[in-house]
Amino acid sequence: MDLDFERPIVELEAKLADMKHIAEENDVDVTDAVKTLEDKIKKLKKDTYQNLTRWQRVQLSRHADRPYTLDYIPAICDKFIELFGDRNVKDDKAMVGGFGEIEGQTFMFIGQQKGRNTKQRQYRNFGMANPEGYRKALRLMKMAEKFNKPIITFIDTPGAYPGLEAEERGQGEAIARNLKEMFMLKVPVICIIIGEGASGGALGIGIGDKVLMLENTWYSVISPESCSSILWRSWDYKEQAAEALKLTAADMLKAGLVDGIIKEPLGGAHVDPVAMANKLKKTILEEVAGLFLISSEQRILNRIEKFSNMGVVTELAFDGTSRL
Amino acid sequence: MTWFTRKEKGIVTPTELKKETPDGLWSQCPECKKVMHSREHKKNEYTCSSCNYHDKIGSKEYFEIIFDNNEFEELDARMSSSDPLVFIDTKKYPERIVATQKKTGLTDAVRSGIGYMNNIQIVVACMDFNFIGGSMGSVVGEKIARAIDKAREKKAPFLMISKTGGARMMEAGYSLMQMAKTSAKLAMLSEDGIPYISLLTDPTTGGVTASYAMLGDFNISEPGALIGFAGPRVIRETIGKDLPEGFQSAEFVLEHGFLDFIVDRKELKERLSDLLTMLNN
Repeated sequence: MDLDFERPIVELEAKLADMKHIAEENDVDVTDAVKTLEDKIKKLKKDTYQNLTRWQRVQLSRHADRPYTLDYIPAICDKFIELFGDRNVKDDKAMVGGFGEIEGQTFMFIGQQKGRNTKQRQYRNFGMANPEGYRKALRLMKMAEKFNKPIITFIDTPGAYPGLEAEERGQGEAIARNLKEMFMLKVPVICIIIGEGASGGALGIGIGDKVLMLENTWYSVISPESCSSILWRSWDYKEQAAEALKLTAADMLKAGLVDGIIKEPLGGAHVDPVAMANKLKKTILEEVAGLFLISSEQRILNRIEKFSNMGVVTELAFDGTSRL
Repeated sequence: MTWFTRKEKGIVTPTELKKETPDGLWSQCPECKKVMHSREHKKNEYTCSSCNYHDKIGSKEYFEIIFDNNEFEELDARMSSSDPLVFIDTKKYPERIVATQKKTGLTDAVRSGIGYMNNIQIVVACMDFNFIGGSMGSVVGEKIARAIDKAREKKAPFLMISKTGGARMMEAGYSLMQMAKTSAKLAMLSEDGIPYISLLTDPTTGGVTASYAMLGDFNISEPGALIGFAGPRVIRETIGKDLPEGFQSAEFVLEHGFLDFIVDRKELKERLSDLLTMLNN
């Protein structure tokens, strides 16, 4: 699966394969030509992926081959025991979690899960959790706190599910409660946006001592498509909306709304999932070790203070003009 | 033979000297169309004397209802939006802000104050829907955060009156994080054991419902208010079906267990005072 802006690369790669194939069949030496073409591809890749527009990053964050939560967890952990249910209504398949062990240390992993084919996508509700998903996540976080295990959340959702039953069961209340409770968790919390970070549905598992974004992900108050439909009253302005929202990892870091960016392999996490998982594992171990050096009381205070400082305001002068 | 003869021809009164019925002397109920005298409407706390429809009102009116003699000290009255993202859609964001400030006389979509309600000291923050749909950006988040700080400092109960379409898109990521900020402050208020009453008025939706509006020790509402996370249009489009009658009304939300009670606006002040007095006794 290639995205529209990747097509020139794919075409060159096909050309290279053809060339190699023909050379092999006819036993001709094309080393120089292959080398030239390979260099050209390398350069094109670099130019493409280092100069992605915001909308292109959104496309990469939704790439059909992109690793999901349940791809990363087994790749990172030596052992993983998945835990189900919110002890209230049901088990939400769009929100997964459980204890995982890395190098003898136990963590609580929680994350949204998308599906890869039509059937799975429906089963996972496209990664859109219902209230029971957020309540399941909170149950697991409280359990992690009880057993003093650090919490890692993987955020990848187009939003909390906007359905009839979700409203009946209090989608707003479920997310709100998570925000409040997550601030008071006594264990370290690391939140990593691995794909899409859409609004309250993402934030519902997004209050952490460290909030990190993979390089080709987005995190904002609304998706570019919905923003376009509301502000421009048309679905056609998603590129402009993505630019206006400044929703990429680099934008969010610059605004001080996240704590760091985790680099992806050239072309995206799906190009080399193993390398990506290793990098995640290394980051998690380092960050958690650092957070354990701080007392839990101090961690909570720092967490509260960090989010309390987010936002930019100004004062009006008394003639009504801005003091900006 | 006519009784009177016209001295001058035609009507010569200039327009500006014409006597007209003062604007807003009469008010019509949007629900049952009954026409009421504005003074009577105000006396009824802006509810319809015929069908009890609760008209949409703003911070000015709510402060008049809540605070004794309408006396209160306004907090952060001059705080205004910045434009950290240099946001442009069909209009530049700062232009939209200035135009809305001129039109409404408000600085942003929330006002906060400290005063007395039946002699109980209380901090109140109230949203104004006519300021960009009561949307929550940095100013709304920061003013609510500081109001909560004030409540903690004075050990006074906090009343939040929500009326909003949700987060403000023009501040994107910053708006989103106001949900986190206000929730953090409410967590601390809760640790202090100070009462928090959240009054959800018509309408309360989006990111506000998914943060401070649903975090009250007491979540209360007014009759018929629309309360939800996703708006009705979005849900209709998602499920591809019409929504049942009364879906997302305050009564519906109460039945599903997310409100403590629904209160008639005419009884709001007394009910809140009773509640807070009971907590004190």
